[in-house]
Amino acid sequence: MPWTRPQMAERAAREMRDGYYVNLGIGIPTLVANYIPADMDVTLQSENGMLGMGPFPHDDEVDADLINAGKQTITELKRTSYFSSADSFAMIRGGHIDLSILGAMEVAGNGDLANWMIPGKMVKGMGGAMDLVAGVKKVVVIMDHNARSGAAKLLKACSLPLTGQGVVDRVITDLGVFDIDDTGLTLVELAPDVTLEEVRERTEAEFSVAEGVAV
Amino acid sequence: MDKSYPDAVAALDGLLFDGMTIMAGGFGLCGIPENLITALRDSGVKDLTFISNNAGVDDFGLGLLLHTHQIKKMVSSYVGENKTFEQQYLDGELELEFNPQGTLAERIRAGGAGIPGFYTKTGVGTIIAEGKEHKEFDGETYILETGLTADLAIVKAWKGDRAGNLVFRKTARNFNPMMATAGKVTVAEVEELVEVGDLEPDGIHSPGIYVQRIIAGAHEKRIEQRTITERESGTEREAG
Repeated sequence: MPWTRPQMAERAAREMRDGYYVNLGIGIPTLVANYIPADMDVTLQSENGMLGMGPFPHDDEVDADLINAGKQTITELKRTSYFSSADSFAMIRGGHIDLSILGAMEVAGNGDLANWMIPGKMVKGMGGAMDLVAGVKKVVVIMDHNARSGAAKLLKACSLPLTGQGVVDRVITDLGVFDIDDTGLTLVELAPDVTLEEVRERTEAEFSVAEGVAV
Repeated sequence: MDKSYPDAVAALDGLLFDGMTIMAGGFGLCGIPENLITALRDSGVKDLTFISNNAGVDDFGLGLLLHTHQIKKMVSSYVGENKTFEQQYLDGELELEFNPQGTLAERIRAGGAGIPGFYTKTGVGTIIAEGKEHKEFDGETYILETGLTADLAIVKAWKGDRAGNLVFRKTARNFNPMMATAGKVTVAEVEELVEVGDLEPDGIHSPGIYVQRIIAGAHEKRIEQRTITERESGTEREAG
């Protein structure tokens, strides 16, 4: 059975390592915070100017001066620090953040990412996504394997305007996990009871299969 | 040196002209100069170019100036929360220049620091890079982005003194400190205006040299997305 969204978030949480500084995108990536193991020391960055992002506040703790990049009210932790947007993106662009987990409309086998613009539709803007994928050490995409229409999202080449060129290191979908490196796209993990045939049918990009997967 | 003015209208007096470029601090509705935005609306100044990360919501923040059609162009990274914006943009009334958020922040920082341009890898291979100079450093490609300044910067801080020294609070800092440096004239509004000497010198985030005028004002501080954790009896959130 393919992974549900919470299961995808749980799988993405396994990308965390002790001591990591991590930026989580808006949407499913935000859910990943719920699955960080309790004994793992991970610091979440919010690109509007905060390191050490805590959970949503209790009703009587809500503070209009304390929001995350999704404009949601949040809390601080003992380790929290605040800084300007310029400092925040110096951290991001300068390669100081270990991991960025974000959503996508399309990913190509060469690591190209499209997640900010559909020509002809209202464009809301890229926010910090282009800076994150250009600067963060490891970029992991978490997305549904196919669009609602059934169209493939793992493509030979992106059809939408890019957010970054050759920037994605790993893709987690409801069907499995793919790595992207100089050798191209490799299926490294299948969701339970998902077959290689099903993945091939629902993927446009060419991919190889890592040893021990789908045997 | 006392840079304080009695209110937002007085603080903007003599600074405004049609077609000017204004930077406005804030991220979403967090840390926006509410009083100065209202005074700009009431002044009727028009054909404005605004450099601001976001465009407010329909009835608050820069949305107030969109509603009155005072804005001609926005330079922003994300404008998704504003329907008025969308309508004016689709009608061709409003110009829009998208900058990646970090590039926008650095352009403003550079502008205020006297740096006319800088190279970044953000946006390489995307439509953002079109028409921009490309240059290789150590085998990696970067694009040239230019520094940004404005005729006027309006910023919001938590506390400030009469000399213009500013202290921000939590994530309401965001774009405010850089914008303060990049305005030909910078007007700050604060929740609490204190006497010179009342702020801890080591705790000042923006030195007063960047601020020419300062006012105290009341702030609504509207929240866009009130997300809460239900309190379970007998448990406290763990703070680590």
